[in-house]
Amino acid sequence: MCGFIKDKTPKAVARRKRIVLTSFAILLASVVLLPLGGYLYSGLSAQAAAEEQTNPRANYWRAVRQGNTGYTAVMGQETNTLIQNGGQNWRQWRNGPVANISPWFLALVLLSLGLLFLLRGTMKIEGTLSGRTVTRYNVAERVIHWYVAILFIILTITGLSLLFGRAVLIPILGYSGFSDWANFSILLHNYLGPFFTVGVVLAVIAWIKDNIPTATDWQWFKEGVGGILAKGKHPHAERFNAGEKVFVFWLGLIVLGAIVSITGFMLIGWIGEQMRATMQLVNVIHAVASIVWIGIICGHIYLGLATEGALQGMTRGQVSEEWAKQHHDLWYKQAKKG
Amino acid sequence: MARMKFLCDAERCIECNACVTACKNEHEVPWGVNRRRVVVLNDGVPGEKSISVACMHCTDAPCAAVCPVDCFYTTDDGIVLHDKDLCIGCGYCFYACPFGAPQYPQQSAFGVRGKMDKCTFCAGGPTADNSDAEYAKYGRNRIAEGKLPLCAEMCSTKALLAGDGDLVADIYRQRVIRRGGRPQTWGWETAYQS
Repeated sequence: MCGFIKDKTPKAVARRKRIVLTSFAILLASVVLLPLGGYLYSGLSAQAAAEEQTNPRANYWRAVRQGNTGYTAVMGQETNTLIQNGGQNWRQWRNGPVANISPWFLALVLLSLGLLFLLRGTMKIEGTLSGRTVTRYNVAERVIHWYVAILFIILTITGLSLLFGRAVLIPILGYSGFSDWANFSILLHNYLGPFFTVGVVLAVIAWIKDNIPTATDWQWFKEGVGGILAKGKHPHAERFNAGEKVFVFWLGLIVLGAIVSITGFMLIGWIGEQMRATMQLVNVIHAVASIVWIGIICGHIYLGLATEGALQGMTRGQVSEEWAKQHHDLWYKQAKKG
Repeated sequence: MARMKFLCDAERCIECNACVTACKNEHEVPWGVNRRRVVVLNDGVPGEKSISVACMHCTDAPCAAVCPVDCFYTTDDGIVLHDKDLCIGCGYCFYACPFGAPQYPQQSAFGVRGKMDKCTFCAGGPTADNSDAEYAKYGRNRIAEGKLPLCAEMCSTKALLAGDGDLVADIYRQRVIRRGGRPQTWGWETAYQS
């Protein structure tokens, strides 16, 4: 065999090459595949173990851990459930994302509005005031607006106190001081909530006819969001501009109003039976929807104050003709016609 | 320092409800409030098991974590207590508790519930030990008298154990060794971290 290596005929060389390549391929395949054999072994043995060791009693406690129910002589809500797991999830959601992200959201809203004020300042009425006015809101509309507004502010303060008071107000008021405030807050919040819903419904009835989206609204957004971001632009607007329609009316009063009211009724037990799983879900939805709504209303208040001449419409019911021509030209023409 | 724990031995509990009654009587809890209850699983079929459950005095108590007024505190013995003078009856502790321990004396319109009541491990509350005010709000403070919870003391089959967690675990371990089978330290994984 000592002549084997020395054999340099092409046939022998090719054979040697083939042997080397094949051995290398087998080696490589073994390196990759053999360790996987462990899975096969452990898979089979685990299966065998599972078949052997299914302990009926352990399965029984696993079922209990999933919140199944039994019988109890004690009367009360959900007393026959031994363990409920939802509470832990609710705790993580409420004390986690809800309590941690929402302050940043509200801070961002306020910061953006502050920045807008620095960049844009008060949105003045252009030209000189003639002193002529036009009626913008009648008494009923103004009463509805301020009724909803005052309740919104009370519910915001009391609601935020219950969510953030432990972190923010206990260091200021102390434990018993904050407890008194929280007690007052929860009563006020729970009792005034339904009255707020009545106001929301009245507001929807009062203003739905002026909030139907039209083609003008799209143009309003395109022209520097109604000239809020772009100075000097005054796109056409009807009685309510597109921003008011989208954010204050449809998203605010209709969508968030419905969500916050329904979840609120569930939380005080007017709808449903205050089951724990429901309460956990509904509490988070109520908080998130309310905070989004508070953000929108911050913008609403800002624009009402930063637009010169806008507030008078809601306080005295009258706006100057110049204001009307500048901000709600289409409505002004309608109002003049009669 | 002892770390107080409850353990209900499901092999021994016979659903006599003596723990429930003893607790109600000892603490004069109001109507409709039950600090302890017995739940029967698979009632009337083979494998029926009964468990007596109350506040388990969790290490990382969910009730304390969600309380808006921060009225819960843990004693040196690991007992979770709350201050009824601070409680606003919001119900959050009941939503968070895995064991359904928090109870409310009323459930009326507009979600008014009254001050929360729960098992105190017979350790009263933040008011002066064994004072009338403490008895009226939280029931008797047996721990301050050097006694253990009455529910466990009264238990006819010694299914319900209450006391230092290490001792409770030792007693239970001996039982399991003697009778064979597997331990079921019911609720311990949920309640205790050590």
